[in-house]
Amino acid sequence: MDEKDLIARRIALELKDGDLVNLGIGLPTLVARHLRPGATVLFQSENGLIGMQPLPEEGLQDEDLIDAGGGPIGAIPGACAFDSAMSFGLIRGGHLDVTVLGGLQVDQKGMLANWTVPGKMVPGMGGAMDLVTGAKRVIVAMTHAAKGAPKIVARCSLPITSLRRVDLIVTDMAVIEPTDKGLVLKEVAPGISVQAVLQATEAELTVPADVPEMPVAGRPVERP
Amino acid sequence: MKKVISLADAVALIPDGAVLMIGGFLAVGSPRRLIDELVRQRKTGLTIIANDTARPDVGIGKLVVEKLVRKVIVSHIGTNRETQRQMMEGEIEVELVPQGTLAERIRAAGFGLGGVLTPTGVGTVAAEGKPTITIDDRVFLLEKPLRADFALIGAKQADYSGNLEYALTARNFNPLMAAAAAVVIAEAEDIVPIGVIPPDSVITPNALVDYLVAKVRHHG
Repeated sequence: MDEKDLIARRIALELKDGDLVNLGIGLPTLVARHLRPGATVLFQSENGLIGMQPLPEEGLQDEDLIDAGGGPIGAIPGACAFDSAMSFGLIRGGHLDVTVLGGLQVDQKGMLANWTVPGKMVPGMGGAMDLVTGAKRVIVAMTHAAKGAPKIVARCSLPITSLRRVDLIVTDMAVIEPTDKGLVLKEVAPGISVQAVLQATEAELTVPADVPEMPVAGRPVERP
Repeated sequence: MKKVISLADAVALIPDGAVLMIGGFLAVGSPRRLIDELVRQRKTGLTIIANDTARPDVGIGKLVVEKLVRKVIVSHIGTNRETQRQMMEGEIEVELVPQGTLAERIRAAGFGLGGVLTPTGVGTVAAEGKPTITIDDRVFLLEKPLRADFALIGAKQADYSGNLEYALTARNFNPLMAAAAAVVIAEAEDIVPIGVIPPDSVITPNALVDYLVAKVRHHG
Protein backbone atom coordinates (compact mmCIF):
# COMPACT_ATOMS: atom_id res chain seq x y z
CA MET A 1 0.00 0.00 0.00
CA ASP A 2 1.45 3.40 -0.94
CA GLU A 3 0.39 6.84 0.30
CA LYS A 4 -2.25 7.29 -2.37
CA ASP A 5 -3.81 3.92 -1.65
CA LEU A 6 -3.92 4.81 2.03
CA ILE A 7 -5.83 8.01 1.27
CA ALA A 8 -8.18 6.22 -1.12
CA ARG A 9 -8.79 3.39 1.34
CA ARG A 10 -9.67 5.83 4.14
CA ILE A 11 -12.03 7.82 1.92
CA ALA A 12 -13.78 4.64 0.76
CA LEU A 13 -14.99 4.25 4.36
CA GLU A 14 -16.87 7.55 4.02
CA LEU A 15 -19.09 6.31 1.18
CA LYS A 16 -22.44 4.82 2.17
CA ASP A 17 -24.69 2.42 0.29
CA GLY A 18 -26.96 4.33 -2.04
CA ASP A 19 -24.69 7.38 -2.22
CA LEU A 20 -24.34 9.11 -5.59
CA VAL A 21 -20.63 9.92 -5.81
CA ASN A 22 -18.43 11.85 -8.24
CA LEU A 23 -14.70 11.08 -8.14
CA GLY A 24 -12.29 13.66 -9.53
CA ILE A 25 -9.50 12.83 -11.94
CA GLY A 26 -6.28 11.32 -10.54
CA LEU A 27 -5.96 10.22 -6.93
CA PRO A 28 -9.74 10.32 -6.21
CA THR A 29 -10.44 7.67 -8.89
CA LEU A 30 -8.51 5.17 -6.72
CA VAL A 31 -11.29 5.33 -4.12
CA ALA A 32 -13.56 3.09 -6.21
CA ARG A 33 -11.02 0.24 -5.90
CA HIS A 34 -11.26 0.22 -2.13
CA LEU A 35 -15.00 -0.13 -1.59
CA ARG A 36 -16.01 -3.13 0.45
CA PRO A 37 -17.38 -6.01 -1.64
CA GLY A 38 -21.12 -5.65 -2.15
CA ALA A 39 -21.15 -1.87 -1.66
CA THR A 40 -23.94 -0.23 -3.67
CA VAL A 41 -22.41 3.18 -4.28
CA LEU A 42 -23.39 4.78 -7.61
CA PHE A 43 -20.74 6.71 -9.48
CA GLN A 44 -21.50 9.71 -11.64
CA SER A 45 -19.23 10.83 -14.43
CA GLU A 46 -19.88 14.51 -15.16
CA ASN A 47 -19.67 13.98 -18.90
CA GLY A 48 -23.10 12.44 -18.61
CA LEU A 49 -23.47 9.10 -16.87
CA ILE A 50 -24.66 7.57 -13.63
CA GLY A 51 -23.51 4.00 -13.13
CA MET A 52 -19.91 4.05 -14.30
CA GLN A 53 -17.68 1.12 -13.48
CA PRO A 54 -14.17 0.07 -14.50
CA LEU A 55 -13.62 -1.00 -18.10
CA PRO A 56 -15.42 -4.31 -18.56
CA GLU A 57 -14.16 -7.41 -20.24
CA GLU A 58 -13.76 -7.63 -24.02
CA GLY A 59 -17.11 -7.52 -25.78
CA LEU A 60 -18.80 -5.09 -23.39
CA GLN A 61 -16.81 -1.95 -24.19
CA ASP A 62 -18.11 1.02 -26.19
CA GLU A 63 -16.05 3.81 -27.73
CA ASP A 64 -18.73 6.34 -26.80
CA LEU A 65 -18.26 5.55 -23.11
CA ILE A 66 -15.51 7.50 -21.36
CA ASP A 67 -14.97 9.06 -17.96
CA ALA A 68 -14.34 12.76 -17.40
CA GLY A 69 -10.61 12.18 -17.86
CA GLY A 70 -11.15 10.64 -21.29
CA GLY A 71 -10.38 7.07 -20.26
CA PRO A 72 -12.57 4.17 -21.41
CA ILE A 73 -15.03 2.93 -18.76
CA GLY A 74 -17.90 0.50 -18.38
CA ALA A 75 -21.46 1.01 -17.25
CA ILE A 76 -23.46 -1.13 -14.84
CA PRO A 77 -26.87 -2.54 -15.77
CA GLY A 78 -29.26 0.25 -14.85
CA ALA A 79 -26.81 2.98 -15.82
CA CYS A 80 -28.28 6.10 -17.40
CA ALA A 81 -26.91 8.72 -19.78
CA PHE A 82 -27.81 12.41 -20.02
CA ASP A 83 -26.59 15.74 -21.33
CA SER A 84 -24.25 18.19 -19.61
CA ALA A 85 -27.05 20.43 -18.31
CA MET A 86 -28.64 17.47 -16.51
CA SER A 87 -25.24 16.31 -15.30
CA PHE A 88 -24.46 19.65 -13.69
CA GLY A 89 -28.04 20.04 -12.55
CA LEU A 90 -27.45 16.90 -10.51
CA ILE A 91 -24.24 18.39 -9.14
CA ARG A 92 -25.43 21.94 -8.47
CA GLY A 93 -28.95 21.01 -7.46
CA GLY A 94 -27.93 19.11 -4.36
CA HIS A 95 -28.54 15.62 -5.81
CA LEU A 96 -24.92 14.51 -5.56
CA ASP A 97 -24.16 13.05 -2.13
CA VAL A 98 -20.37 13.14 -2.22
CA THR A 99 -17.58 14.43 -4.39
CA VAL A 100 -13.95 13.47 -3.85
CA LEU A 101 -11.49 15.91 -5.37
CA GLY A 102 -7.76 16.45 -5.41
CA GLY A 103 -6.31 19.57 -3.81
CA LEU A 104 -3.41 21.97 -4.21
CA GLN A 105 -4.15 23.89 -0.99
CA VAL A 106 -6.80 23.99 1.73
CA ASP A 107 -6.84 26.90 4.14
CA GLN A 108 -7.74 27.60 7.75
CA LYS A 109 -11.36 28.23 6.80
CA GLY A 110 -11.60 24.98 4.84
CA MET A 111 -11.53 26.67 1.46
CA LEU A 112 -10.03 24.66 -1.37
CA ALA A 113 -7.73 25.71 -4.21
CA ASN A 114 -7.40 22.96 -6.77
CA TRP A 115 -7.65 24.22 -10.32
CA THR A 116 -4.78 26.49 -11.25
CA VAL A 117 -1.26 27.66 -10.51
CA PRO A 118 -1.24 30.99 -12.34
CA GLY A 119 1.60 31.28 -14.83
CA LYS A 120 2.53 27.61 -14.49
CA MET A 121 -0.51 25.41 -14.80
CA VAL A 122 -3.68 26.84 -16.30
CA PRO A 123 -5.74 23.83 -17.32
CA GLY A 124 -9.12 25.41 -16.56
CA MET A 125 -11.57 24.58 -13.81
CA GLY A 126 -13.59 22.00 -15.75
CA GLY A 127 -16.31 20.86 -13.38
CA ALA A 128 -14.42 21.55 -10.14
CA MET A 129 -16.14 24.83 -9.22
CA ASP A 130 -19.59 23.31 -9.71
CA LEU A 131 -18.67 20.17 -7.75
CA VAL A 132 -17.26 22.03 -4.74
CA THR A 133 -20.14 24.50 -4.72
CA GLY A 134 -22.95 21.99 -5.22
CA ALA A 135 -22.15 18.57 -3.78
CA LYS A 136 -23.73 17.72 -0.43
CA ARG A 137 -20.35 16.57 0.87
CA VAL A 138 -16.91 17.57 -0.41
CA ILE A 139 -13.94 15.38 0.51
CA VAL A 140 -10.44 16.49 -0.44
CA ALA A 141 -7.92 13.76 -1.23
CA MET A 142 -4.34 14.98 -1.31
CA THR A 143 -0.85 14.45 0.02
CA HIS A 144 -0.24 16.44 3.20
CA ALA A 145 2.68 18.37 1.71
CA ALA A 146 4.19 18.95 -1.73
CA LYS A 147 8.00 18.70 -1.84
CA GLY A 148 8.10 19.58 1.85
CA ALA A 149 5.80 22.60 1.50
CA PRO A 150 2.59 22.39 3.55
CA LYS A 151 -0.62 22.22 1.53
CA ILE A 152 -2.85 22.92 4.51
CA VAL A 153 -2.17 26.61 4.90
CA ALA A 154 -3.33 29.66 6.85
CA ARG A 155 -4.67 31.25 3.69
CA CYS A 156 -4.69 29.92 0.13
CA SER A 157 -2.11 31.69 -2.02
CA LEU A 158 -3.61 30.03 -5.11
CA PRO A 159 -7.00 31.04 -6.56
CA ILE A 160 -9.77 29.26 -4.67
CA THR A 161 -12.27 26.93 -6.32
CA SER A 162 -15.29 27.97 -4.25
CA LEU A 163 -16.20 29.94 -1.13
CA ARG A 164 -17.84 26.76 0.16
CA ARG A 165 -16.05 25.11 3.09
CA VAL A 166 -15.05 21.53 2.33
CA ASP A 167 -16.29 18.80 4.67
CA LEU A 168 -13.26 16.56 5.13
CA ILE A 169 -9.56 16.51 4.21
CA VAL A 170 -7.87 13.13 3.97
CA THR A 171 -4.10 13.09 3.50
CA ASP A 172 -1.33 10.51 3.85
CA MET A 173 -0.76 11.81 7.39
CA ALA A 174 -4.15 12.73 8.80
CA VAL A 175 -7.90 13.17 8.58
CA ILE A 176 -8.90 16.78 9.23
CA GLU A 177 -12.37 18.26 9.51
CA PRO A 178 -12.96 21.94 8.78
CA THR A 179 -15.53 23.38 11.22
CA ASP A 180 -16.94 26.77 12.27
CA LYS A 181 -14.07 26.96 14.75
CA GLY A 182 -11.31 26.02 12.34
CA LEU A 183 -9.56 22.79 11.40
CA VAL A 184 -9.89 19.83 13.74
CA LEU A 185 -7.48 16.90 13.66
CA LYS A 186 -9.67 13.80 13.65
CA GLU A 187 -7.26 10.93 12.91
CA VAL A 188 -3.60 10.26 12.22
CA ALA A 189 -2.23 7.77 9.71
CA PRO A 190 -0.64 4.56 11.02
CA GLY A 191 2.86 5.32 12.29
CA ILE A 192 2.37 9.11 12.23
CA SER A 193 2.43 11.15 15.44
CA VAL A 194 0.24 14.16 16.18
CA GLN A 195 3.45 16.17 16.50
CA ALA A 196 4.52 15.18 12.99
CA VAL A 197 1.15 16.28 11.59
CA LEU A 198 1.41 19.65 13.35
CA GLN A 199 4.91 20.17 11.97
CA ALA A 200 3.75 19.45 8.41
CA THR A 201 0.74 21.77 8.66
CA GLU A 202 0.92 25.55 8.31
CA ALA A 203 -2.67 26.19 9.36
CA GLU A 204 -3.64 26.04 13.01
CA LEU A 205 -5.07 22.65 14.03
CA THR A 206 -7.33 21.95 16.96
CA VAL A 207 -6.13 18.72 18.58
CA PRO A 208 -8.72 16.87 20.68
CA ALA A 209 -7.61 14.87 23.72
CA ASP A 210 -8.00 11.64 21.80
CA VAL A 211 -6.83 11.39 18.18
CA PRO A 212 -7.34 7.83 16.94
CA GLU A 213 -5.42 6.13 14.17
CA MET A 214 -7.09 5.88 10.75
CA PRO A 215 -9.12 2.67 10.67
CA VAL A 216 -7.32 1.30 7.64
CA ALA A 217 -6.13 -2.27 7.98
CA GLY A 218 -3.58 -3.76 5.64
CA ARG A 219 0.08 -3.71 4.97
CA PRO A 220 2.17 -0.80 6.29
CA VAL A 221 2.40 2.30 4.17
CA GLU A 222 5.53 2.52 2.05
CA ARG A 223 6.80 6.07 2.31
CA PRO A 224 9.45 7.40 -0.06
CA MET B 1 -37.11 21.21 -46.81
CA LYS B 2 -34.30 18.96 -47.94
CA LYS B 3 -31.79 18.86 -45.14
CA VAL B 4 -29.17 16.46 -46.41
CA ILE B 5 -26.12 18.27 -47.73
CA SER B 6 -22.64 17.16 -48.76
CA LEU B 7 -19.83 17.51 -46.26
CA ALA B 8 -18.04 20.06 -48.44
CA ASP B 9 -21.18 22.14 -49.00
CA ALA B 10 -21.97 22.12 -45.28
CA VAL B 11 -18.61 23.54 -44.30
CA ALA B 12 -18.66 25.97 -47.24
CA LEU B 13 -21.58 27.69 -45.45
CA ILE B 14 -19.21 28.71 -42.66
CA PRO B 15 -17.30 31.97 -43.21
CA ASP B 16 -13.86 32.75 -41.80
CA GLY B 17 -14.19 34.35 -38.36
CA ALA B 18 -17.43 32.52 -37.52
CA VAL B 19 -18.44 31.65 -33.97
CA LEU B 20 -18.91 27.88 -33.77
CA MET B 21 -20.30 25.64 -31.07
CA ILE B 22 -18.87 22.16 -31.42
CA GLY B 23 -20.30 19.26 -29.42
CA GLY B 24 -18.18 16.64 -27.71
CA PHE B 25 -16.32 15.90 -24.50
CA LEU B 26 -12.66 15.12 -25.09
CA ALA B 27 -13.71 14.44 -28.71
CA VAL B 28 -16.33 11.83 -27.77
CA GLY B 29 -19.49 13.07 -29.46
CA SER B 30 -17.64 15.58 -31.65
CA PRO B 31 -18.56 15.72 -35.36
CA ARG B 32 -15.29 14.28 -36.68
CA ARG B 33 -15.92 14.68 -40.41
CA LEU B 34 -17.01 18.30 -40.05
CA ILE B 35 -13.87 19.09 -38.06
CA ASP B 36 -11.64 17.46 -40.66
CA GLU B 37 -13.43 19.38 -43.40
CA LEU B 38 -12.93 22.70 -41.54
CA VAL B 39 -9.22 21.89 -41.65
CA ARG B 40 -9.34 20.91 -45.33
CA GLN B 41 -11.15 24.13 -46.31
CA ARG B 42 -8.81 26.19 -44.07
CA LYS B 43 -11.49 28.14 -42.26
CA THR B 44 -9.58 30.68 -40.17
CA GLY B 45 -10.12 33.13 -37.31
CA LEU B 46 -12.73 30.88 -35.72
CA THR B 47 -14.17 31.30 -32.26
CA ILE B 48 -14.93 27.89 -30.78
CA ILE B 49 -17.39 27.31 -27.94
CA ALA B 50 -16.97 23.78 -26.61
CA ASN B 51 -16.34 21.85 -23.42
CA ASP B 52 -12.61 21.43 -24.12
CA THR B 53 -10.00 21.38 -26.89
CA ALA B 54 -9.45 17.60 -26.64
CA ARG B 55 -5.91 16.48 -27.47
CA PRO B 56 -3.66 17.99 -30.15
CA ASP B 57 -4.26 15.19 -32.66
CA VAL B 58 -7.95 14.60 -31.94
CA GLY B 59 -11.24 16.42 -32.47
CA ILE B 60 -11.22 20.16 -31.80
CA GLY B 61 -7.51 19.85 -31.01
CA LYS B 62 -6.84 19.57 -34.74
CA LEU B 63 -8.31 23.04 -35.34
CA VAL B 64 -6.02 24.49 -32.67
CA VAL B 65 -2.93 22.77 -34.02
CA GLU B 66 -3.75 24.06 -37.53
CA LYS B 67 -3.98 27.61 -36.08
CA LEU B 68 -7.51 28.12 -37.35
CA VAL B 69 -8.78 29.31 -33.98
CA ARG B 70 -8.68 32.89 -32.70
CA LYS B 71 -10.53 32.28 -29.45
CA VAL B 72 -11.94 29.40 -27.42
CA ILE B 73 -14.65 29.55 -24.77
CA VAL B 74 -14.24 26.25 -22.88
CA SER B 75 -14.22 24.71 -19.41
CA HIS B 76 -10.69 23.35 -19.66
CA ILE B 77 -7.64 23.03 -21.89
CA GLY B 78 -5.68 20.71 -19.60
CA THR B 79 -5.52 17.85 -22.11
CA ASN B 80 -4.13 19.95 -24.95
CA ARG B 81 -0.61 21.31 -24.48
CA GLU B 82 -0.80 23.13 -27.80
CA THR B 83 -3.78 25.22 -26.63
CA GLN B 84 -1.86 26.04 -23.46
CA ARG B 85 1.26 26.96 -25.43
CA GLN B 86 -0.68 29.21 -27.82
CA MET B 87 -2.39 30.88 -24.85
CA MET B 88 0.95 31.55 -23.10
CA GLU B 89 2.40 32.94 -26.36
CA GLY B 90 -0.65 35.15 -26.88
CA GLU B 91 -1.61 33.41 -30.12
CA ILE B 92 -5.05 32.31 -28.93
CA GLU B 93 -7.53 33.87 -26.56
CA VAL B 94 -8.91 31.48 -23.93
CA GLU B 95 -12.02 32.22 -21.91
CA LEU B 96 -12.45 29.61 -19.17
CA VAL B 97 -15.98 28.94 -17.93
CA PRO B 98 -16.98 26.44 -15.22
CA GLN B 99 -18.42 23.40 -16.99
CA GLY B 100 -21.89 23.59 -15.48
CA THR B 101 -22.05 27.31 -16.15
CA LEU B 102 -21.01 26.74 -19.76
CA ALA B 103 -23.84 24.24 -20.18
CA GLU B 104 -26.36 26.64 -18.64
CA ARG B 105 -25.20 29.66 -20.66
CA ILE B 106 -25.68 27.67 -23.86
CA ARG B 107 -29.02 26.32 -22.65
CA ALA B 108 -30.17 29.84 -21.74
CA ALA B 109 -29.45 31.09 -25.25
CA GLY B 110 -31.24 28.17 -26.85
CA PHE B 111 -34.25 28.37 -24.59
CA GLY B 112 -34.81 32.09 -24.81
CA LEU B 113 -33.67 33.05 -21.33
CA GLY B 114 -31.93 36.31 -20.48
CA GLY B 115 -29.26 34.52 -18.48
CA VAL B 116 -28.89 32.21 -15.51
CA LEU B 117 -28.17 32.72 -11.82
CA THR B 118 -25.64 30.24 -10.49
CA PRO B 119 -23.85 29.90 -7.15
CA THR B 120 -20.85 28.40 -8.98
CA GLY B 121 -17.88 30.74 -9.12
CA VAL B 122 -19.09 33.30 -6.54
CA GLY B 123 -16.02 34.75 -4.81
CA THR B 124 -13.58 33.24 -7.33
CA VAL B 125 -11.81 34.60 -10.41
CA ALA B 126 -14.75 33.25 -12.45
CA ALA B 127 -16.87 36.03 -10.92
CA GLU B 128 -14.72 38.90 -12.14
CA GLY B 129 -16.74 41.54 -13.96
CA LYS B 130 -20.06 39.79 -13.38
CA PRO B 131 -22.97 41.13 -11.34
CA THR B 132 -24.09 39.19 -8.27
CA ILE B 133 -27.71 38.95 -7.21
CA THR B 134 -28.91 37.91 -3.76
CA ILE B 135 -32.07 35.81 -3.62
CA ASP B 136 -33.41 34.54 -0.29
CA ASP B 137 -30.02 35.27 1.32
CA ARG B 138 -28.05 33.24 -1.23
CA VAL B 139 -25.61 34.97 -3.58
CA PHE B 140 -25.64 34.08 -7.28
CA LEU B 141 -23.64 35.13 -10.30
CA LEU B 142 -25.52 36.45 -13.29
CA GLU B 143 -24.22 34.55 -16.29
CA LYS B 144 -25.25 35.67 -19.74
CA PRO B 145 -26.49 33.48 -22.59
CA LEU B 146 -23.94 32.17 -25.04
CA ARG B 147 -24.95 31.78 -28.68
CA ALA B 148 -23.16 30.99 -31.92
CA ASP B 149 -23.40 31.46 -35.67
CA PHE B 150 -23.19 27.70 -36.23
CA ALA B 151 -23.53 24.61 -34.08
CA LEU B 152 -21.73 21.50 -35.30
CA ILE B 153 -23.40 18.48 -33.74
CA GLY B 154 -22.19 14.89 -33.50
CA ALA B 155 -25.03 12.35 -33.24
CA LYS B 156 -25.25 8.58 -33.19
CA GLN B 157 -28.19 8.36 -35.51
CA ALA B 158 -30.40 10.77 -37.44
CA ASP B 159 -33.48 10.28 -39.54
CA TYR B 160 -33.89 12.18 -42.80
CA SER B 161 -36.10 14.77 -41.09
CA GLY B 162 -33.25 15.67 -38.73
CA ASN B 163 -34.35 13.96 -35.53
CA LEU B 164 -31.24 13.01 -33.54
CA GLU B 165 -30.27 10.28 -31.10
CA TYR B 166 -27.04 10.08 -29.15
CA ALA B 167 -24.99 7.34 -27.53
CA LEU B 168 -23.92 7.24 -23.89
CA THR B 169 -21.36 9.91 -22.97
CA ALA B 170 -21.27 11.18 -26.57
CA ARG B 171 -24.43 13.21 -25.84
CA ASN B 172 -22.84 15.81 -23.52
CA PHE B 173 -23.18 19.36 -24.93
CA ASN B 174 -24.70 18.38 -28.29
CA PRO B 175 -28.43 18.73 -27.48
CA LEU B 176 -27.82 22.08 -25.75
CA MET B 177 -25.83 23.50 -28.65
CA ALA B 178 -28.42 22.34 -31.18
CA ALA B 179 -30.77 24.97 -29.76
CA ALA B 180 -28.28 27.81 -29.37
CA ALA B 181 -26.95 28.62 -32.86
CA ALA B 182 -28.37 30.43 -35.89
CA VAL B 183 -27.51 27.49 -38.17
CA VAL B 184 -27.31 23.89 -36.95
CA ILE B 185 -25.36 21.28 -38.92
CA ALA B 186 -25.55 17.71 -37.66
CA GLU B 187 -23.29 14.83 -38.53
CA ALA B 188 -24.60 11.39 -37.60
CA GLU B 189 -22.91 8.02 -37.75
CA ASP B 190 -25.97 6.80 -39.59
CA ILE B 191 -29.03 8.32 -41.25
CA VAL B 192 -32.12 6.12 -41.19
CA PRO B 193 -35.56 6.47 -42.81
CA ILE B 194 -38.09 8.79 -41.18
CA GLY B 195 -40.07 6.82 -38.60
CA VAL B 196 -37.26 4.42 -37.69
CA ILE B 197 -36.33 6.40 -34.58
CA PRO B 198 -39.20 6.06 -32.09
CA PRO B 199 -40.53 9.49 -30.98
CA ASP B 200 -39.60 8.76 -27.37
CA SER B 201 -35.97 8.12 -28.35
CA VAL B 202 -35.47 11.46 -30.10
CA ILE B 203 -33.27 13.72 -27.99
CA THR B 204 -32.84 16.62 -30.42
CA PRO B 205 -36.07 17.43 -32.32
CA ASN B 206 -35.81 17.81 -36.09
CA ALA B 207 -37.08 21.40 -35.89
CA LEU B 208 -33.70 22.45 -34.48
CA VAL B 209 -31.58 20.87 -37.20
CA ASP B 210 -31.01 22.85 -40.41
CA TYR B 211 -28.62 20.53 -42.24
CA LEU B 212 -27.59 16.90 -42.06
CA VAL B 213 -24.25 15.88 -43.50
CA ALA B 214 -24.73 13.15 -46.10
CA LYS B 215 -23.57 9.67 -45.26
CA VAL B 216 -20.44 8.27 -46.84
CA ARG B 217 -21.81 6.18 -49.72
CA HIS B 218 -20.46 2.67 -49.82
CA HIS B 219 -22.45 1.48 -52.82
CA GLY B 220 -24.99 2.73 -55.35
